[in-house]
Amino acid sequence: MRTLILGLLFCAIAWVPQAHASEGGGFMRHVKVDVADKAALQRGARDFANYCMGCHSLSYVRYLQLEKPLGLSQDDIKKYLIFNGVKVGDPMVSSMPAALAAKWFGKAPPDLTDEVRVRGTDWLYTYLTGFYLDKARPTGVNNVVFPNVGMPDVVENLQGAQVPEYKEITAPDGTKEKVIVGLKQVSPGSMTPEQYHHWVRDIVTFLAWTAEPNKLEREHLGVWIVLLMILFSVVAYFLKKAYWEDIH
Amino acid sequence: MSSKLAALRDWIDARFPLTEMWNEHLAKYYAPKNFNFWYFFGSLALLVLVNQIVTGIFLAMNYTPTPHGAFASVEYIMRDVKWGWLIRYMHAVGASAFFAIIYLHMFRGLMYGSHKKPRELIWIIGVAIYILLMAEAFMGYLLPWGQMSFWGATVITSLIGAIPYVGGPLEVWLRGDFAITGATLNRFFAWHVVLIPLLLLALVVVHILALHQVGSNNPDGVEIKKHKDKNGVPLDGVPFHPYYTVKDLFGVGVFLAIFCAIIFFRPDFWGWFLEHDNFVRANPLQTPPEIRPLWYFLPFYEILRSVPNKLMGVISMAVAILILFFMPWIDRHHVKSHRYRGLMYRLALIGFAATFIVLGYFGAQAPTPYHADIGFRFNELFFSFFLLCLVYNKPRSRGFYFGALVAAGIAIFVLDWLRVGDIPVHFMVRSWWIPAAYWAFFLLMPAFTRLGDALPVPERVTSK
Repeated sequence: MRTLILGLLFCAIAWVPQAHASEGGGFMRHVKVDVADKAALQRGARDFANYCMGCHSLSYVRYLQLEKPLGLSQDDIKKYLIFNGVKVGDPMVSSMPAALAAKWFGKAPPDLTDEVRVRGTDWLYTYLTGFYLDKARPTGVNNVVFPNVGMPDVVENLQGAQVPEYKEITAPDGTKEKVIVGLKQVSPGSMTPEQYHHWVRDIVTFLAWTAEPNKLEREHLGVWIVLLMILFSVVAYFLKKAYWEDIH
Repeated sequence: MSSKLAALRDWIDARFPLTEMWNEHLAKYYAPKNFNFWYFFGSLALLVLVNQIVTGIFLAMNYTPTPHGAFASVEYIMRDVKWGWLIRYMHAVGASAFFAIIYLHMFRGLMYGSHKKPRELIWIIGVAIYILLMAEAFMGYLLPWGQMSFWGATVITSLIGAIPYVGGPLEVWLRGDFAITGATLNRFFAWHVVLIPLLLLALVVVHILALHQVGSNNPDGVEIKKHKDKNGVPLDGVPFHPYYTVKDLFGVGVFLAIFCAIIFFRPDFWGWFLEHDNFVRANPLQTPPEIRPLWYFLPFYEILRSVPNKLMGVISMAVAILILFFMPWIDRHHVKSHRYRGLMYRLALIGFAATFIVLGYFGAQAPTPYHADIGFRFNELFFSFFLLCLVYNKPRSRGFYFGALVAAGIAIFVLDWLRVGDIPVHFMVRSWWIPAAYWAFFLLMPAFTRLGDALPVPERVTSK
């Protein structure tokens, strides 16, 4: 009878995916990032400073915090990452005034410190590889995971221009819609697709690190803490057994 | 004990009832010897309360309760403060752990009849603690000043505006402004760190005092005080200290292993304990596509929003919580423990818990008419539990069960009729059987079988 009731309840739950089917079909690429890879973090930081920081800030990260996790000296940081003369103890803030940026792009470019926590590494990777030509947009480009994005395709000279490949699908309610199933490169960039993949992955790795700089330390420590707690439980279990021996 | 320490103890005892309190609440407080798994959650709740207060103090040292500084100060805690990330994760995961523990603790009460005479006051104080905990969690969630903090607080405080006549002014009074602003943040901070923790601590003390006045219930639901030896010690009781202190120590160990595993390996719990959108600073000009509270509020959120009329939704949600206060008088069956109450109460309780989880699941889904309709069905099942408790209070005639089933059918029809216009009728036609089958099962089974009959309750506790 318990099974009957549970079965009844699960029947009801089983309907839900149908109602959701039309929301699926998102175009998402997958990427593996390793925040322990110092070389990738260094390249990602360099490329972020050169390509992204003109507009985007990492307001909650200080340059100095890159020193140990990325294996950089303070001189490296000053030489390769700081272009506006701020001190190494300062936060990584873009030089672009937010008010003007809002005027130029319609909306001020967002702070990217926690971007990976908000959207995830897959989304970010797909975003940076997902610009395509779209004449309807003032910037001339659109993005597969961020429709009508305000950001221009600043990576076009690296990746080359792309056009979308469409497929017509029928939604559960009978309406037909065109969805993007792939992107085709139509003009070459300065990088091969393989090089570009690595370039984007490095930036995503760096932003995964800025989103949670303590992740490695946390997981490293966690192993020992959890083992300690298990050991404590075992000791407590035998202590309890010893105390309860005379209770029946 | 050395004589000097004994002298110190005597010195204190002459001035403060230290030994007396120790004996009354630990060394000579006799608890039933047959506590099972479900009895770990009381002491664990106390542990998490201490965790919240201690980590909360450290967070408050570095937190700035202003709209300008709040989000940045939380980032500062996570990045610049030594061990700040650990303290914040302990506090955030601790909040979710608190609710998980309290829900299991309350479920235990319903399983073994811990809300029944003579423990009504313990239950009522417990429900008050639960409501305070909800207020504490709700206000605490505004403090990081992320998008979900801001919009969640906007939605929930706006519910008060649905109350006729006084709602509008009350909403402004609560917010301290016409919208969620710095004034709201400041007062929520004050309430979160001072007012509610004080009330919580006071009520927890009262909860335990009331418990120790009556004595603990147990999985058999029998009163151990009925059978005492010549010294007045219950035959089925063991001193809380050391027996249950060492047993709870084991429970604490297992809990901490799980708690730490989450803190260190999955602190956001895939977005269920720390929502992804809350890492975006609050923006009053940009409404997020979906606003939903954290998991522990989702069942009540679904009860609220599955009712098409806003005021009725608010009333439903309020009743769903406040009805718990009346549980000792709703459920008046003479047997306490589900073990001897017959199968039907046990099934109704399992159904209630499952309904609560399913409501939470739908609370997390997009607000479509389809979900609103399914949510409403489980909303009906949620309240069915309390009505079923009333029905199951004593043996009923077959005619009574049939009458109740007809009444339930009429109620389902009338509620659907009231929803016409807000919910497409073909949705209702497709889902009406959920409450109908539920009621038919729970009323016809006791009418035609003896599965709902109470079993003989043992005189003494059983070992397993």
